[in-house]
Amino acid sequence: MSGASQSSLVRRGTIASVALLVVFLAAWQWGPGLLGIPTFIIPPLSMVAEEAARMWHVSALATHTGVTAAEVLAGFLLGSLLGAFFGYILGMSPTAEVALSPYILALQIAPKVAFAPLFILWMGFTVYPKILVAILIVFFPVMVNVLTAVRTVDPDLINLARAFKATRAQIFWKIEFPASLPPLFAGLRIGSTLAVVGVVVGELVGGNLGLGYLLSFGEGQANTAMVFVAILMLTLVGGIAYLLVILVEQRVLHYLPKRALGGF
Amino acid sequence: MPNVIRLEYRNVTMRFAQGAGHLTAVEDVSFAVRDGEVVSLIGPSGCGKSTLLNIGSGLTAPSEGQAFVDGERVEGPNAHVAFMLQKDLLLPWRTVAENVMFGVEIRGVAPDERRRRAQALLENLKLAEFSGHYPHQLSGGMRQRVALARTLAVDPSVLLLDEPFSAVDAQTRMVLQRELAQTLKRAGKTALLITHDLLEAVTLSDRVLVMSRRPGRIIDEISIDIPGRDDPLKRRQHPKVNQTIDRLMDRLDIGAIEPPSTQVPA
Repeated sequence: MSGASQSSLVRRGTIASVALLVVFLAAWQWGPGLLGIPTFIIPPLSMVAEEAARMWHVSALATHTGVTAAEVLAGFLLGSLLGAFFGYILGMSPTAEVALSPYILALQIAPKVAFAPLFILWMGFTVYPKILVAILIVFFPVMVNVLTAVRTVDPDLINLARAFKATRAQIFWKIEFPASLPPLFAGLRIGSTLAVVGVVVGELVGGNLGLGYLLSFGEGQANTAMVFVAILMLTLVGGIAYLLVILVEQRVLHYLPKRALGGF
Repeated sequence: MPNVIRLEYRNVTMRFAQGAGHLTAVEDVSFAVRDGEVVSLIGPSGCGKSTLLNIGSGLTAPSEGQAFVDGERVEGPNAHVAFMLQKDLLLPWRTVAENVMFGVEIRGVAPDERRRRAQALLENLKLAEFSGHYPHQLSGGMRQRVALARTLAVDPSVLLLDEPFSAVDAQTRMVLQRELAQTLKRAGKTALLITHDLLEAVTLSDRVLVMSRRPGRIIDEISIDIPGRDDPLKRRQHPKVNQTIDRLMDRLDIGAIEPPSTQVPA
């Protein structure tokens, strides 16, 4: 595809995207009233905006958002580091993989969010159980992607390095590690959105801080607008996390053809 | 020193475990390649040509017999040989120059010297203006030239080439063959070339060794007494080329009906 038609495609797509947003917001604002849906079922856009402003001043919305964002960040970073670490270890040691794979599979099948009540029993109404759920849920996609990447490096590439008398460490740092980066980043993208899920479930289960807490508080008060605000803020936190991963990815994987990165 | 032996296989046999028994890929192969000589190895698919290359580069140990490079017994990867495959094996995250430096970097050559060698090779192979490009920006033929530069950068005394040009189109192949021939001549390198292309074998080599079906044995050796080993484009027009190819086809049973047994009469 030529550069000109590529940019015109992007322009048309952007216009359609913005138009869709306008239609959606208008439908949200006036649709419920026209259809006779009560505001405690679907509060219109303006009501949600007012509630957001009220929560900002009265309910410390910024603090709750900040706490959630910090938990997401901590859970994501630790979960990815652990996932990548185990992915490399298992990828390079078939024995370790055979020994550990049944347990890893069992842990992967178990719904990670179900651990939230357990972690709260162990660690109380602190930020730690939330971070732990996020770590657990981020761990697997990152680990599996790294493991698969290390396993699927072209054996001829390894032989080439061996023929040049490369040491095991050189093979890792010069071939296996860089070759694993594209799948690692694919895992990190998934992990960044899953981290938000983990943290929210933790907050829903116990504690009095974070957007998850606001969700259950709003539910208890039958304050539908508050629930909407919390959902929007969670989406924002997740979106920023995802965007940050993409930004780092584009710097690290700059050598890939542009299209392979595929925007979002 | 035209009579110094650079690469030698002595009674090499290679067996692979297969099911309960084993499969003999190569049986009692002996031959030697002298300094500056280019020898081609041809034979049917699966006759163990690539196995011989792996043994020569020290990546696999033979079941019986020994390989020698520069008079030293091959007991593992060593600095005397470098190989090049049909796949270019370029690292996508390295630029052309960095890919050329891959081998010398692993062998611990100083950064300045690495850059100097890469620069010289890229200029020789007409790749200097692409030194900062990434592999995905290059054509197949250019990528294979970068692979050749990477192989030469470690300054091996023996090059092991496993169908290096079989993945590029016919026209590019002719250009690359000429470049390889000139480079080998200029640098006085010794090479063992594995190929399926009989014309390539005849135009690029001093000698052609013919292998049998599995278990692979050397069944014929033909010296190519045609001038111009450094210019395959010119050499291919020589009348003796077709004669030699006919003889090779005959030895390989090409054109004959698929033989009933796996044994080819020696």
